[in-house]
Amino acid sequence: MRLLTTAITLFGVAVIVFFVIRVVPGNPIAMMLPPGATEADVARLTALYGLDKSIPAQFLIWLGGVLQGDFGTSITARQPVLALVLGRLPATLELSVMALLMAIVLGGMAALLGTLRRGGRTEAAIDIGNGMALSVPDFLWGLVLILGLGVFWPVFHISGRITPSLDLPFVTNFYLFESLVRLRFDLLVDIVGHMILPALALAIPLAAIIGQLLKQSLKETMHLDYVTLSRTKGYSETHVILREALPNAILPTLTLVGVQFTFLIGGTVIIERLFSYEGLGNMAIDAVINRDLPLIQGIVILFAVIFTGVNLLVDLTYAALNPRLRHG
Amino acid sequence: MSFLEVRDLSLRIKGEQTRLLRSVSLSVSVGEVRGLVGESGAGKSMIGKAVLGILPRAVEVAGGEIWLDGQNLLALPVAQRRRVIGAKAALIPQDPLTALNPSRRIGPQITDRLVDILGWARNRAEARALELLEEVQIADPARVMRSYPHELSGGMRQRILIASAFAAEPKLIVADEPTTALDVTVQKQILRLIKGMQERHGTALLFVTHDLGVVSKVCQTISVLYAGLMVEDSATAAFYAGPRHAYSRALLAATPKYTDPLGSLTPVPEAVIAAVRAEVAAADGGWHG
Repeated sequence: MRLLTTAITLFGVAVIVFFVIRVVPGNPIAMMLPPGATEADVARLTALYGLDKSIPAQFLIWLGGVLQGDFGTSITARQPVLALVLGRLPATLELSVMALLMAIVLGGMAALLGTLRRGGRTEAAIDIGNGMALSVPDFLWGLVLILGLGVFWPVFHISGRITPSLDLPFVTNFYLFESLVRLRFDLLVDIVGHMILPALALAIPLAAIIGQLLKQSLKETMHLDYVTLSRTKGYSETHVILREALPNAILPTLTLVGVQFTFLIGGTVIIERLFSYEGLGNMAIDAVINRDLPLIQGIVILFAVIFTGVNLLVDLTYAALNPRLRHG
Repeated sequence: MSFLEVRDLSLRIKGEQTRLLRSVSLSVSVGEVRGLVGESGAGKSMIGKAVLGILPRAVEVAGGEIWLDGQNLLALPVAQRRRVIGAKAALIPQDPLTALNPSRRIGPQITDRLVDILGWARNRAEARALELLEEVQIADPARVMRSYPHELSGGMRQRILIASAFAAEPKLIVADEPTTALDVTVQKQILRLIKGMQERHGTALLFVTHDLGVVSKVCQTISVLYAGLMVEDSATAAFYAGPRHAYSRALLAATPKYTDPLGSLTPVPEAVIAAVRAEVAAADGGWHG
């Protein structure tokens, strides 16, 4: 059932993208040819890429290829789309997951501290901080971080994924993960130094959402009877919050984090551009500028696969955390 | 000195002058069951909450002392106070449906205090929990330990909470209207169970209730509260033979009797209310918090 709905979703996404990018003005062939190319050159190249056929016919050809694992060839890079896209995917995945973890840690700490000091000045300060973090979009946070921690006080890298002069022993494109596994901490530090600002820019708004929602549900849970009973057992307030209140309060936040994480992945498109980070998002912008139709399609489909995967993961986690759901 | 001694305890809402509890003193010795009676809002639950350190955040202590096993609780730092209370006292809560954490299994909810606060080995704590579940007459305790609260009935959950309260062999148990949320048929069993456990384990029991019928069955001593003022402190037998205070007498008269359920329902006379309110006012006049 789940697989079927996923397949239909992906098909829908494919149809929409395919038609929209062909209706939007702009011609990839015109951009490829040097000035002074003849009409005949244009026609020849158009036919070569199959762009002379009707849009539904092009779609069927493309779909037939996809079902066999062939996503076509990038017009600008002249390489298979699948290889290009999968080559960039690890960079974006690592950035998104790092941003997600940072958002969870930052937001979780804000929620915890706010609950512990509820009703006081600390909570008011946290509310103000959350409000500010939320009302500024991620790319503006990116600029703020570049200026603050990249230019005025240059502690972190603001461009790229890794210092290019370094000798890379990696066999996969999961640089962060592989440097960890290989215990190459020199490389790890360099990679994290490159990732931390874009990840933080993506994480700040999400951290604010997590902090605000989780604090709200924690506060509602704090005066329930089982929390009070735990206090009489001799536990500290922090322990009471973490063990008694958190497992019950976290469920609404978890659902929201799933939805927001997909927005965060969408946010990588601009943030990667801003930080010249060689991920999918950066590639997507180039693809759109160059009207590289097969590449755009490939990237969008991959994003759609990631989104549905995230949603599935959230549902599974939700069931694992809520015993009442597990039995129902 | 009794195991629990509350001396001149006054409580108030933070930032307000009017007291919720007006210089109340009471004591409970090991083996003693004291009933704490009053209308709703009289402050009887507040005493139990103050003793266990779980007053609502809006309520503060405006004066007085609480001595538990020779230690002045209110003079201890919060973390230490909680540990002392956790080791020496326990709560049987009012509503069994909300007093167990829905996302944790029953076993750890009974053993957590033994392991975390008293430093027992996990096996020993689990053996103890099994033993207690048997003592409160729960069939198949091993299965119940692995269950989640929503899989069990209200009566079962209250038995579990009673077992959990006795787990660390506390010398004081505060029962806060432990039968109010239960079916009438289950109430009697639970009451008998609490009384039996209290006798076997020899604890001091502070029994908060609005039900004078329950007090007569369970308690040796009785304290009556009106508007946060203690108006009566008597042995139960003496109380039922003839309460000292006019308000207690009226309260007793207002308790329905099985022989004449409707005829016996006399409201507290207005003259008595006026008199007890004058006492409250007098107590406030002489108090400087």
